[in-house]
Amino acid sequence: MPAFLQFEGISKAFGEVQALRTVTLSIRKGEIFSLLGPSGCGKTTLLRVAAGFERPDEGRVRLDGEDITELPPNRRRVNTIFQNYALFPHLNVGENIAFGLRVAGRPRREVREEVQRMLRLVQMEDQVHKKPAQLSGGQKQRVAIARALINRPQVLLLDEPLAALDLKLRQRMLIELDMIHDEVGTTFLYVTHDQSEAMSLSDHIAVMNNGQVEQVGSPLEIYEAPLSSFTAAFIGDTNFFDGTVMEAVNGEYSLLGINGFPDVLCFNDRPRTVGDLVHLSLRPEKLAITRERPPHRLHHNVVNGVVEDVIYLGSQTKYRVRVSEYLLTVLRQHQRTLLDEQPITWDDGVWLDWHADDGYMLERYRERDEDLMSLPPNDSDEPRGE
Amino acid sequence: MRHSRFPAAVTALCLAFFYVPILILVVNSFNSSRFSTVWGGFSLVWYERLIHDRAVWLALRNTLIVALGATGGSVLIGTMAAFALHRYRSRLQDYHYALIYTPLVMPEILMGMSLLLFFVAVGIPLGLATITLAHITFCASYVAMVVLARLQDFDFTIVEAAQDLGAGWRTIIWRILLPLLAPGIVAGGLLAFTLSVDDFVITFFVSGPGSTTLPIRIYSMIKHGSPPMINALSTILLALTLTVAYATQRLIGKAEVKR
Amino acid sequence: MASDPWPGFARPRLVGRRPASAPGELVLSLPSLLWLGVLFVVPTAIILAMAFKPADPYGGVGSGWTLATWRSLGDPNYPAIVWRTIRLSCIATVACLLLGLPAGYAIARAPFRWRQTLLLLVVVPFWTNFLVRIFAWKVLLHPEGFLRNALLSARFIRPEQTLMYNEEAVLLVLIYTYLPFAILPIFAAAEKFDFSLVEAALDLGCNRIKALVLVFLPGISRGLLTAALVVFIPALGSYLIPDIMGGPAGEMIGNKIAQRVFVDRHLPHASALSALLTLSVVAPMIVVLLTRASRSPAGLRRET
Repeated sequence: MPAFLQFEGISKAFGEVQALRTVTLSIRKGEIFSLLGPSGCGKTTLLRVAAGFERPDEGRVRLDGEDITELPPNRRRVNTIFQNYALFPHLNVGENIAFGLRVAGRPRREVREEVQRMLRLVQMEDQVHKKPAQLSGGQKQRVAIARALINRPQVLLLDEPLAALDLKLRQRMLIELDMIHDEVGTTFLYVTHDQSEAMSLSDHIAVMNNGQVEQVGSPLEIYEAPLSSFTAAFIGDTNFFDGTVMEAVNGEYSLLGINGFPDVLCFNDRPRTVGDLVHLSLRPEKLAITRERPPHRLHHNVVNGVVEDVIYLGSQTKYRVRVSEYLLTVLRQHQRTLLDEQPITWDDGVWLDWHADDGYMLERYRERDEDLMSLPPNDSDEPRGE
Repeated sequence: MRHSRFPAAVTALCLAFFYVPILILVVNSFNSSRFSTVWGGFSLVWYERLIHDRAVWLALRNTLIVALGATGGSVLIGTMAAFALHRYRSRLQDYHYALIYTPLVMPEILMGMSLLLFFVAVGIPLGLATITLAHITFCASYVAMVVLARLQDFDFTIVEAAQDLGAGWRTIIWRILLPLLAPGIVAGGLLAFTLSVDDFVITFFVSGPGSTTLPIRIYSMIKHGSPPMINALSTILLALTLTVAYATQRLIGKAEVKR
Repeated sequence: MASDPWPGFARPRLVGRRPASAPGELVLSLPSLLWLGVLFVVPTAIILAMAFKPADPYGGVGSGWTLATWRSLGDPNYPAIVWRTIRLSCIATVACLLLGLPAGYAIARAPFRWRQTLLLLVVVPFWTNFLVRIFAWKVLLHPEGFLRNALLSARFIRPEQTLMYNEEAVLLVLIYTYLPFAILPIFAAAEKFDFSLVEAALDLGCNRIKALVLVFLPGISRGLLTAALVVFIPALGSYLIPDIMGGPAGEMIGNKIAQRVFVDRHLPHASALSALLTLSVVAPMIVVLLTRASRSPAGLRRET
């Protein structure tokens, strides 16, 4: 499918701060596309460039083939859901939703019908006469969606639309957003710092950091095959090891030397040469933890270590396992069959086992390492604020 | 987004509008020529004449007497009123608030006229005393409003903490409330002082023979006097009020930093 | 005080206040109640009463009651002055709003460091002596003054024209005096205004002007109303400005009151005029209070 909304080499600086560095992205028609990254990564600036609130220093924005870079916000067929909703406090729900059509000078009857249609879509038919101050967070959110969608925008821009809601409501609105998208089929450009939102909603995600796009891909690609240490660390939890490529094994695999580990077998996602310095990234849930030494299997790695911490999380348990200088995080789902077994606990000696294809070799960059240090603790179980 | 320059231009225009007349006045006070149209060279001659004008000194003395009395009286009444308005929720306080508020919106001429009739009816001779009484009346409302605004930002759990630690009301007032609210009270006092020094209309109505204050003196100089001397006097007054304004801003600013 | 010389009309919502405990409340309230009762309420009542008294030939007040004073206000001289007072006050109010709106907006949108300075620059004229400010204009507009000479030599005005002693001069100084009072509440409202609403309006198809009218102005309506009142009410009661700048051609109600008191010694007349002025001051305030009460629906109050 051809690109619908295109950013071509967008740069934008605010004084000394370079918010965007030649960002190029294309978004397809009808998809939900997320811009995901920590605060200050430039994702909101990119959204505001699309809306027309910021003018890029360099680069062009194209919508359906037309260059809209110079178009003011009111002449773009693009509408925004603002982070704080920006509902007009002096207008009631119906008047807020009707705003865009009224400004466009549409006939009264049409406006009334469209407002009704929108109220039905967001299930707010009985709230038409309320003022924004009388609405709950979720209701405001719905009015904001209706107010934007009534103009039938070619792209709907959503700026952290769920950030102001509490965890439960956020999960419900996420499902509603998905349903609304299915119904109207508009292209969504969705800005968020919450990876679980981006993962569950998006067709494609662009992971942004420091004004640049780190990686674009489907949620699966981003999670399972991160291209950079930043992506690996920002999306979900991961264990990092500093390794050196020791030997190439029949082209597909490499043998890595890691301090305190036996040689580790790892899949090559790109050609490697002996002596390359890499990070090995290993997701916590990819590690199997057992008390007994697992049987040897082809393409599997096995190490032993000592449990330093056990954190019970309800649906799963998180273990912190010491292997020489590394403290690994291991996640294990609870299963009926395991309940009878004597549970693994503090100071137990355990074995960790993972398939060579589950490890990822990532480049080692000095500056990237610093970024990783500054990342917030990543735990999708906790509600995350800004 | 691109911003329009129009609002900034209007602001600049407004500020020019505010300051150009004042600046011309200040410059002219150093003009040795009698006429503002001719620059006769830099001179302090009008300041010298002013210093030797006994009537001006007398007026200044009267003004200060009135201002000090008005400040003291209005700070006392206004602060107490603010405390009552803040602490109690009752019908009485609703009327109290209306009573404090109305003088703020009443045209000065009405207040001056009504006080004049009152003093004449009651038989109090017009003079510095009546001026001071009148000034306390309108200054008290301003003081009450300033202190009330401060009180609303004040965290009263501090008072509870003091009670919890065994302090009695006397201690609480002298050791907690007054020190913490001092910036607000002082700001109210400074406002009362400047309002009193500045007031012309009310003073004009309730003043009697021999109780000429500075604004009244300036008024008669404007009506039938020598402009250059008023220029000099105005410049001095400007410098004084600016100092007071600056001090007040600093006090308020400091209090805000503390909070 | 500096940022809001005219506190709101409604009594502020106060938190942490207690129900009455009689002795303490009385001790704290009595001084102000007594003082304002004697020196504000009683004198105002005297004015109202005196308007219904006949005048005696010696400049005092006669006995008995009469409506004669009110009838004599129909004299064509008075309606003209009342009309001029209201007209000049309205024009001054509109002018102050038109200038104060962009100025208040610009200051609210200025970077923080600039904002403090600009605010101070607006407040300083308010701290300066009233007479001094009027006198400054007298110097500027004086028949022998610098401005008139400049305009004369540039042939903008004819030699028989003066810049002072007319309505326009009064209007100019009214605007000059009350403009800072108008800027401050507009600034205060604009500073609290959420400008993402303007972005939302632009996003929904408004151009700048429409966004201003449909979203920004309603958003700061309270500030605009306060600004209008703090100009209009004192302008109605002006005395000094028309006295110095206006001459007979620029007289307002205030001047007539002073004239009746000091020149003609006709106190009932002065009182009737004062009563009229009080009424015209109170009327807009009541209108505002009523519209405000009806504007906040009951549902809103329940939730807050």
